[in-house]
Amino acid sequence: MLNIARKELKSMFASPMGWIILALLTFSFGTYYLNGVNNYFEVMSGSIRPAERIGVTQFVGQTVYGLASFIMLFAVPLLSMRLISEERRSQTLPFLFSAPLSISEIVVGKFLGLVVFLSILVVYIAVMLTTLNIWADIDFGYIFANSLGLLLLVSSFAALGLYFSSLTAQPIIAGILSFIALFVLMILDRFFAGDPTSTMLKFSLMRHFQSFAGGLMDTADLAYFGLFILTFITLTIRRLDADRLRG
Amino acid sequence: MANLTVEAIELTRLYGGRAAVSDVTFSLQQGQVLGFLGPNGAGKSTTMKMLTGNLAPSAGSVKICGIDMIEQPKEAKALIGYLPEMRPLYKEFTVDEYLTIAARLHNVSGKHIKKAVEHAKERCGLTHMSKRLIENLSNGYQQRVGIAQAIIHNPMVVILDEPTVGLDPIQIRDIRALIKEIGQAHSVIVSTHILPEVEMVCDHVQIIDKGKLVFNGGIDVLKKQRIGNKLLVGLRQAPQAAQLMAIAGVAEVEPADGLWRIRFEEGAQPHEAIVQAAVQHGWGLYHIAPDQTSLEDVFVQLTYHETANADEAKAA
Repeated sequence: MLNIARKELKSMFASPMGWIILALLTFSFGTYYLNGVNNYFEVMSGSIRPAERIGVTQFVGQTVYGLASFIMLFAVPLLSMRLISEERRSQTLPFLFSAPLSISEIVVGKFLGLVVFLSILVVYIAVMLTTLNIWADIDFGYIFANSLGLLLLVSSFAALGLYFSSLTAQPIIAGILSFIALFVLMILDRFFAGDPTSTMLKFSLMRHFQSFAGGLMDTADLAYFGLFILTFITLTIRRLDADRLRG
Repeated sequence: MANLTVEAIELTRLYGGRAAVSDVTFSLQQGQVLGFLGPNGAGKSTTMKMLTGNLAPSAGSVKICGIDMIEQPKEAKALIGYLPEMRPLYKEFTVDEYLTIAARLHNVSGKHIKKAVEHAKERCGLTHMSKRLIENLSNGYQQRVGIAQAIIHNPMVVILDEPTVGLDPIQIRDIRALIKEIGQAHSVIVSTHILPEVEMVCDHVQIIDKGKLVFNGGIDVLKKQRIGNKLLVGLRQAPQAAQLMAIAGVAEVEPADGLWRIRFEEGAQPHEAIVQAAVQHGWGLYHIAPDQTSLEDVFVQLTYHETANADEAKAA
């Protein structure tokens, strides 16, 4: 299982794709971080009432994590689309199937590989925000909750992307499909914003991320992300198993 | 028998009601090389996929060294090295990287990986290609990487689906030698439709047609069929066919592109008689050679043979 994850990581860094995505994301997060810090003083000097005055962690964190959750919506499908469809296209799946590994191990391994790659970014953002500590007293709890939320969010993206990748032999189709699916799940809460009691709201990924973004760790949200990931991994395993059974 | 490495029992695979492979039963012992012959679409690759656990059989079972592929897939797969028809290569890696991954996936322990990779490269003649990207290798070298991948964990059973496709003659010779070498200690199953290849490397042959096993036996049976009972004779002053027929032991004469194809009766050796007759009558003999039958001919003969035998068995 770990071997598969290792292989995935290696293949992400074997092509320029992984490096470019990493570089671009790092660049945009860095820029937003810088803007956040610059804006902080401007905005805060303008706000006089105590209620408007928020800590620097929250102010900069909001900017960066808000952007991160949005950008990952594009980045994760780009990375996840290759996972299985590329193997289908170049007919390398028999290589994995004939190795002494169960299908669950193959799928979970691939998922872990991608999550490890994405967690590089999550850790990077956390470290970047921690540097604020040099000048100010920052709220580590807030950063931790946000990092965990972002990690769960991108893991969910990755699980869904992995499933769509197992459906087709064309990485691009897998990428587009998972992007659309993720986008719908993200903005579900906007659609049903008029009716706060709607059950559809509960399915929105963004809504569950929002509580993490506020620094709140709710077991209901943890369970939601956990189940979301589990569902799509199970579906992927079943899809690949069907290959073996039906040919 | 204790040293049975592969047992396939009544393997059947249905694709939407149509049987791609039906009731294939065979077994293989340690130290045997099995040639798997058959025309396109006969079910060779399907059978191999089932043997390696890439495809679940609709009925029947596969046992590798006594371990059931369906019940204990991990243990059984660990004993197999498989090269599918389409080479499963990750083209973005170098040869070394790829083989290391292959070794790791096949549970080669950490400290032995390097040795295993070196050994596999050596056996497949890849040592000078270690740092090259697989993508940039020629077709033949890619095929070698595919074979190296299949033998890296020193498996009990090596299954190669058309291993010599795309190789040049020298490489083909090397690969055949390699197959023979592996076959001494382990079992090898090779699928091919090149008949000389089967003769050279295999000691057992199976012919599969339309999903059914039509022939299963030693290589000598096939050799006899192939070298066969035919001579191709070239004569300048061609006589009547009847005159050739008169020679003792000749069963049939037919013209073939300016030459005569002479078929003997079972067990007869009329070579000398033909030459003597040619000299006596001044036919001007300029060519005499055994008529090598093509795979199609042998194939037809063998399948025909089997049905004839079956008919006999029915009659008896």
